[in-house]
Amino acid sequence: MKNTFLFSINIGLLGLLAIAAPESSRAQNEINIQSEITVMGRAKPVPVSLEGFTGEAAEVLRFDLWVQGFSFVAPDAAQYRISGSGSGSVQGRVIDAISKQTKFSRSYTGATLRKQAHAFADDIVETITGKKGIGQTKVAFKAQSPGGAGEIYIADFDGHNPQAVTRDNAIVAAPAWAPGRALFYTSYEPGNPDIFYHNLSNGERRIVAKFSGLNTSAAISPDGTRMALILSKSGSPDVWVCGVDGSHLKQLTATPVDESSPCWSPDGQWICFATKMGERRVLAKVPAGGGAAQRIPTSGVSNPTEPDWSPDGKWIAFTSQMGGFDICLVPAAGGAATVLVAGEDPSWSPNSRTLVCTRRAGGRYTLSVLDAMTKQVKDIGRISGNDSQPAWAK
Amino acid sequence: MKTTKWIFPLALMLALTLAATGCKHKPGPVTKLPGTRSGMMGDGSGEGTKPGASFDPNAGGPVQTGGGQTANAEDFENMTMDRAALAAHTLHFAFDSAAIKSSEMASLEAVAAALKSDSSAKLLIEGGCDERGTEEYNRSLGERRALAAREALAKDGVDPSRIRTISYGKDKPADPGHDEAAWAKNRRAEFVLLHPKAGV
Repeated sequence: MKNTFLFSINIGLLGLLAIAAPESSRAQNEINIQSEITVMGRAKPVPVSLEGFTGEAAEVLRFDLWVQGFSFVAPDAAQYRISGSGSGSVQGRVIDAISKQTKFSRSYTGATLRKQAHAFADDIVETITGKKGIGQTKVAFKAQSPGGAGEIYIADFDGHNPQAVTRDNAIVAAPAWAPGRALFYTSYEPGNPDIFYHNLSNGERRIVAKFSGLNTSAAISPDGTRMALILSKSGSPDVWVCGVDGSHLKQLTATPVDESSPCWSPDGQWICFATKMGERRVLAKVPAGGGAAQRIPTSGVSNPTEPDWSPDGKWIAFTSQMGGFDICLVPAAGGAATVLVAGEDPSWSPNSRTLVCTRRAGGRYTLSVLDAMTKQVKDIGRISGNDSQPAWAK
Repeated sequence: MKTTKWIFPLALMLALTLAATGCKHKPGPVTKLPGTRSGMMGDGSGEGTKPGASFDPNAGGPVQTGGGQTANAEDFENMTMDRAALAAHTLHFAFDSAAIKSSEMASLEAVAAALKSDSSAKLLIEGGCDERGTEEYNRSLGERRALAAREALAKDGVDPSRIRTISYGKDKPADPGHDEAAWAKNRRAEFVLLHPKAGV
């Protein structure tokens, strides 16, 4: 009897070991993710010095480099010394302060001084980090007056050159980029929240979703062919997916609770969204072709909403609400969440480290750009009223 | 190292158990919204999964507003809005909730009575939220509140195809204040009675 007992224990152990067999390769992946977790929100900025730049060129360099994880120190404390001039046109060189090597030396002409400075900042970022800079990227957002009406705007990612996209003086919401210079957004202009497609090149627009009830939160798949959206026509706000022309409409969630804010994984396989499970707000994801939704745990923070999936696939940024609102990150598979800064509605830049968000300051909303790795943040210019719901063009 | 081999299968079993129990909870029914508005551009069905018009960025022309929408007989157009008639019966909700309080049943009955006594009238329910929620979350929650009111009226015998919902999220607070008294007023579903325009 004792032998049988031990035998069953051994069989049981073997069974458990069989389940745990993929442990070692999983542990290897866990180690990789773990090292990135310790960096996000806690990375040291790269210290550089800026010499010789004044006026607008200096302003652009300081902004661009700050939000991509650099800090500014005296030349003898810098890891890289950046020198040059920005009057007339931009020229500059980057020297490795330790090896004394000149990394590059370049001059920029044409377009505007601002664009030249952005191009120089991009070259600095790419030379030092190996990643592409975001100096020429754009954001879309909504600017709302206290009565509720507003317009959709696009601007440079630093808030400059804002241009109104709409002129309806209607309640608008949730701008989303599509590849090829087009925006989707929600507008109440027709008397109901409907989703518009808006061609930025020629200004033509049309309604692509106008069901009864709510049509909102359009999100375009990374390959530009499909749209995820929130519709309430089934009787409750649910996640649906269709072609960008509205064809092949398919319901992905069918819950009596309210879903919101769908976003795509960069491989186009999943749609992440905010929902409720057991009366608690959670993030979840559903296969873009249909299937069962899975919860994405966000341990350590509560009330997650407004998810956005990083272009490199590794992170989901979101808003958590615990008293105030905070921008948080969680590994894309779920796990322990990292709180970054106070704010709401994060949107990733193409570099998978800089985010744009909105934050309340004195009762009004203003846009902010944030480096997730160092938590360095800068407010960007405001159109009058409340600026919110930013979306970064990828 | 040894203990982690135990933890993984145990965690797996726990996760499966939680996943299974999470699926059991089924809150109340939902009723489909009237499918009278055209769903997608160029596609009169408003429902299902058949393919719509092919995508041509140069087609469609400028967006038409209000009564100019073609191809979809909008049942709710050409009606006047009467906000005063049912203003006293605005429903209010607890924070982050779309559950209708039992104390508000009298309001729902009054709204139902108004619709039953006038067969040409229709109803617009406007859902709203307080500012303590993120924007699209509030837009969905406001819609859920309006839909909850609609379901309650349907249970009370009102034909749900006479009822339209619209959510303003937190865009149109009833009280712009930043305290609990203001927030309580903003978590609401307002009833707007609709009458056919004279002569239509």
